[in-house]
Amino acid sequence: MSENKLRAYWKENLRYLAILLVIWFIVSYGFGILLIDQLNSMSIGGAKLGFWFAQQGSIYVFVVLIFVYVYLMNKLDQKYGLDES
Amino acid sequence: MSVLTWTYIIVGITFALYIGIAIWSRAGSTQEFYVAGGGVSPLANGMATAADWMSAASFISMAGLISFMGYDGGVYLMGWTGGYVLLALLLAPYLRKFGKFTVPDFIGDRYYSNVARTVAVICAIIVSFTYVAGQMRGVGVVFSRFLEVDINTGVYIGMAIVLFYAVLGGMKGITYTQVAQYCVLIFAYMVPAFFISLAMTGNVVPQLGLLGNVTDGSEMALLDKLDQLHRELGFAEYTSGTKSMTDIFCITMALMVGTAGLPHVIVRFFTVPKVRDARISAGYALLFIAILYTTAPAIAAFARTNLINTVSNKEYASMPEWFTKWETTKLITHDDKNNDGLIQYVADPNTNELTIDQDIMVLANPEIAGLPNWVIALVAAGGLAAALSTAAGLLLVISTAVSRDLIKMQLKPDISERNELIAARLGATVAVVIAGYFGINPPDFVAATVALAFGLAAASFFPAIILGIFDKRMNREGAITGMVVGISIMLFYMLKFKLGKFGGGTAEDWWFGISPEGFGTVAMMINLVISMVVSRVTAAPPQEVQDIVEDIRIPSGAGDAVAH
Repeated sequence: MSENKLRAYWKENLRYLAILLVIWFIVSYGFGILLIDQLNSMSIGGAKLGFWFAQQGSIYVFVVLIFVYVYLMNKLDQKYGLDES
Repeated sequence: MSVLTWTYIIVGITFALYIGIAIWSRAGSTQEFYVAGGGVSPLANGMATAADWMSAASFISMAGLISFMGYDGGVYLMGWTGGYVLLALLLAPYLRKFGKFTVPDFIGDRYYSNVARTVAVICAIIVSFTYVAGQMRGVGVVFSRFLEVDINTGVYIGMAIVLFYAVLGGMKGITYTQVAQYCVLIFAYMVPAFFISLAMTGNVVPQLGLLGNVTDGSEMALLDKLDQLHRELGFAEYTSGTKSMTDIFCITMALMVGTAGLPHVIVRFFTVPKVRDARISAGYALLFIAILYTTAPAIAAFARTNLINTVSNKEYASMPEWFTKWETTKLITHDDKNNDGLIQYVADPNTNELTIDQDIMVLANPEIAGLPNWVIALVAAGGLAAALSTAAGLLLVISTAVSRDLIKMQLKPDISERNELIAARLGATVAVVIAGYFGINPPDFVAATVALAFGLAAASFFPAIILGIFDKRMNREGAITGMVVGISIMLFYMLKFKLGKFGGGTAEDWWFGISPEGFGTVAMMINLVISMVVSRVTAAPPQEVQDIVEDIRIPSGAGDAVAH
């Protein structure tokens, strides 16, 4: 495996991490805490939206984020021939 | 059959199951003892991680806590789940590729220093002991309430069980017992939740029931109804909370980062065969945890509404049976201050007549909802499964820290495999005995510091591990200074504002208005900054260490977790 290829692999990995962690931050710290007042003017079912994100919504997104990460990384490993047999 | 008979039957069956698994999966080598031979399937590891992680506090206390905190309770829900995203993305795959047995292993090798290793061992032991004492106490409380034995007897029984499967099976025994314990605890948590959600909202799924309308004919949304009740009684609105935004932010961050830094959680990802297994098993773990964590806020809101409707301005003499039953345990107390025979449950402490312990919310829930006796017995078995699984995981970290990180790696490197295994088992035995002692004689500081174990983990381990993976230039000097300063400043803040040392202080004196629970975030930031600065003015790490960093960034070729 050449040095350049490994560097490219690592760079793509970091890009995925950055995107996923930004979403992670927005749904919990953004929607559940910092923007709570704005979001609470909307509702989902019988709950205020900000409250729902703080107690339920963010957790669903967390689960999805990890599975998306696993999917992306498995594909990336394959692309660079780094997947384990 | 009575509740007591049911409890004996169900708890007896589950205990027999745990012991059977322990005998079937006993460990023959140090590799099996430390990391279950590195051959656990990702799905089993996900369940074991979930049981390892969800303690007596998650099972018994959390819904009650949220019930009394309302919106503010979100810090626990987000904090204790969001950490798994960090774990899955930033730690688990790389540490699995690194392929050793413990967190101090990584710190010691990555920072080419036994000083760093020792600092990590001390941090791991402090964090794990503060945590485990609370678990043994939890076992005692459940035993005394449901099996009507003395709390101390309950602790002894719990010690004997944990001792048996942790000492015999090591990580292998613990892993497969935890899989069984996860099944028991999630079943025990969900069954009453389904019943109560159906009764309160007409929807059997509690996660959806929380968004639904109450079934009392008013067609009101459950949460609006709860807000209205709170306003009438002078409490802050349930969906608004009382903590400052800064504090909520910091507590959530400290819990998330602390979760990702807890040694007994991290070590679980050493037990799977490959890097890709480590990634997916973090996903499974969070999925299994999320089932309980998204149910908890629903139970919290149902229980709160139910409670206020049942007691507020009702005659004391007409209270249902569960009320008087829990009164005898002193977890509910009523003081008829104005002698009108009614219960005034209000925010103002001068006229409020009712105090309720948060732990009741989950434990008494089946009784409040009038569920059959076997469901009540199931909750007891679930609480025990939660407490025992977490205690066993923590004890293993402590025994490994002694037998491997201290004896094998530092004091006596030529120790034979057989003797190392004996040392590990002795270490586990001593740890169980000490934990049991704290369970029977709980020192005041335990209750105050369990929540702060997260702050300590956040302030010490997290930056050192993250920088070790993502910053190739990070060196010994930077990491050690960062860890020592981080954990010291966290301990100082804890001792000052929680235990009144160093002149003490009240909420007005908090730095930047941040509570001790949230201070782990600040301490972590200080650790990060100091590590970066110190590492840049001292020598770069040697070439072979930089090669290790290159190597752990690539998933292929992880192989078995190696001993040497």
